[in-house]
Amino acid sequence: MDTLAQLAHGFEVALTWQNIGLALIGCLLGTIMGALPGLGPSNGVAILIPLAFTLGLGPTPSMILLTSVYYGAMYGGRISSILLNIPGDEPAMMTCLDGYPMAQKGMAGEALSISGIASFVGAFFATWGLILLAPQLVKIALLFGPAEYFALFALAFMTLGGVSSTNQAKAAFAAAIGLGLAMVGVDTQTGVPRMTFGEVHLYDGIDFLVAIVGLFALSEVFVFLEHRHGASDAAGKKVEIGRITPPWAMVKRCIPTMLRTSGLGFLAGVLPGAGASLGSFISYSMEKRLVDREGTFGKGDPRGVAAPEAGNNAAAGGALVPMLALGVPGSGTTAVLLAVLLSLNITPGPLLFTQNPDVVWGLIAALFIANFMLLALNIPMVGVFTRLLLIPPRILMPIVAMVSFVGIYGISGSSFDLMVMIGFGVVGWVLRKFDVPLVPVILGILLGNPMESNLRRAVQISNGDWGVLVGSPLAIGLWIIAILGFLAPIFFGRILRDRMKARRDDEGSIAD
Amino acid sequence: MIFKATRLALASAALAVAGFAAPAMAADFTAENPECIAPANPGGGWDFTCRQVGKTMQDIGLIKQTMQVTNLAGGGGGVAFAEVVNKRDSDNDLIVAASTATATRLAQGAYPGNNLNQVRWLASIGADYGVIAVDQDSPYKTLPDLLNAVKADPTSIAFAGGSAVGGWDHLKVLIAAKADGIEDVRKVKYVAFNGGGEAITQLLAGSVQAFTGDLSETKGFIQSGDVRVLAVLAPERLGGEFADIPTAKEQGIDAVGANWRGFYGPGKMSDAAYDYWAKQIAAVYASPEWKKVMEANGLAPLDLQGADFEKFVANSVQQIQDISKEIGILK
Repeated sequence: MDTLAQLAHGFEVALTWQNIGLALIGCLLGTIMGALPGLGPSNGVAILIPLAFTLGLGPTPSMILLTSVYYGAMYGGRISSILLNIPGDEPAMMTCLDGYPMAQKGMAGEALSISGIASFVGAFFATWGLILLAPQLVKIALLFGPAEYFALFALAFMTLGGVSSTNQAKAAFAAAIGLGLAMVGVDTQTGVPRMTFGEVHLYDGIDFLVAIVGLFALSEVFVFLEHRHGASDAAGKKVEIGRITPPWAMVKRCIPTMLRTSGLGFLAGVLPGAGASLGSFISYSMEKRLVDREGTFGKGDPRGVAAPEAGNNAAAGGALVPMLALGVPGSGTTAVLLAVLLSLNITPGPLLFTQNPDVVWGLIAALFIANFMLLALNIPMVGVFTRLLLIPPRILMPIVAMVSFVGIYGISGSSFDLMVMIGFGVVGWVLRKFDVPLVPVILGILLGNPMESNLRRAVQISNGDWGVLVGSPLAIGLWIIAILGFLAPIFFGRILRDRMKARRDDEGSIAD
Repeated sequence: MIFKATRLALASAALAVAGFAAPAMAADFTAENPECIAPANPGGGWDFTCRQVGKTMQDIGLIKQTMQVTNLAGGGGGVAFAEVVNKRDSDNDLIVAASTATATRLAQGAYPGNNLNQVRWLASIGADYGVIAVDQDSPYKTLPDLLNAVKADPTSIAFAGGSAVGGWDHLKVLIAAKADGIEDVRKVKYVAFNGGGEAITQLLAGSVQAFTGDLSETKGFIQSGDVRVLAVLAPERLGGEFADIPTAKEQGIDAVGANWRGFYGPGKMSDAAYDYWAKQIAAVYASPEWKKVMEANGLAPLDLQGADFEKFVANSVQQIQDISKEIGILK
């Protein structure tokens, strides 16, 4: 009851015309920044910090503006995933898998609406989780030592095979490339540079944003350049826009998915170092395991769009738990938000909730406001977004290339990164030719480093005893899930595939 | 064509005039477009240094426009250092955030081909003293307690810190261990995490036995009573709410470790610009606004400008070089 009273007080703080205006600006800018490849939530927030300072905003209005950008970007990332097959930011990567096929089938409007609703559901439950469970959730974060983190990352990789619909060996190959790339840089456990060739730009490793924009956006441009002569292709690819609002039956079918993945994504967000990308990835692969009986995931299943979107928005809310309660950023964006709080003379940490209740509850109320605002903005705007598909590729692709370059240069201010990005573009183009999925590459780059560090930390702490990896019930539990996830498709795969084939034949006769 | 030529002539005339005028104006240089490079992504300590100092400068009217903060990440500050040395060596409007981490990397040769004399060290804005802490339930009550346990069995105590092996959080423990008479400091077990926050979380989770970090990142956990700080590596006790924390020195371990924060400017910055920036940063330091920032962030006084600061950084680099050689990171 006390909590609700405090939340009500939070709304009192947040509901001024100025704050609502700021939330609206934040939501709009965030959505746009999220949708542009290269500009993700963390740069989006960073870009707006000077604005907050110049306007002389106090702590609460500043946080309202910046968290609106944060939530907005999490919504916006899906737009380019669905329409262009280019993830706007890293957690939106998984949305490409089913979102783009849906758009190609002329269901772009439905995909955007479903994912918008899923984003809302994910963020809504995550915000409630933040209110009700923040103090308890901190204890979950404390259950995860290095050994448990290693098991968690191993779980992500072991369930990888299920994600891409192409053959498993190619997915494993792609993940190996990603893991290899993750090794570049100064090794934090020994301080020794690895595979940097004395190039100081490589000391910090390869930025996954550079990799994503190169692999997805630039390779798309290259593919377009290659097919440029076949004008017939461009003409033949005339995409239908279809309806804008999804039929109720489709929404209903997605509801259980949204609820399950909201919970899963939220938990992933709470763990510092796991974050939204892992949230959306695990949400997608678990959901595929659970409900994909007809093998439609990866071919434009609305649930395949709802799962990662609910997952990553819930994770975005979850990541605020360790940031506020422990002062530990769970993701790049929360690291930036943390810095903003610090520069406003507010120290996040165990005592934040008692020392600065105005800021915390104002912030939480702002999250609710932003979330409703985003839903209200996003659903009617689906029609506007889908018009993007009507832009001919010869105009769209140069814009994509330009935005990619500006975005990447804007993050690091280094032309070296642009070269790396072009390199990734070429690699992405080659991999596409060989039909190797790109998502596992990114996953390898993203998770390879923390996975390796945690393995070495765990073994170092136990003085070289590998038994520590199965040293706690939690670790054992994670390993069991990982092994089941890995073995199940191998043993049951054939039976399922046969059954799937039979059923699809049945269905095909009805649908076509 | 003629038009173009006229314009060119005009422009060169203007340049010439400006050229003549410059020495006369040198005495009262003001930065037209003040810029601060934070050699890391947004959200880190260097980013904080740039933004907070820039904001204070604007708040107290030292600069008219907003300080432009450029994030130039990469190589643990090495990319920014190389950029300043190679491309912006005579930019008078530019300052770059630096800290002990910069000195550590310079000392260990981690900025390939660069050294500390290639830039001009401007001024400090405070220092963050090192702390060695344990969980509140830990059996170790004093720093000698903890270090005796390390002496008895180095594998029994794992220190968690936010920097890589050989980084400042690691070196602090080694400085203390050496001061306590531990001969082979290489045996001290140090586990590197991504940032002090993650390291402290693992201390609370019970994965490690001790934590090494800066006071500012430990502050929230001291207030909540989750951690017990065994020692602060300061020359004397700090004031205010930290007055209860004993120094290592008073426990018989002569170890001091401060993570200073400050700025450097390009190597060929004019003397007038150098004096201007040193004076501006000093003015920020002296302002009541900055005192509040320092208090809120657990920064301790370190008030050095110009030549004093240059000497301080040089000493700092020398000290780190010595200990790095001793532990075998440098050959």
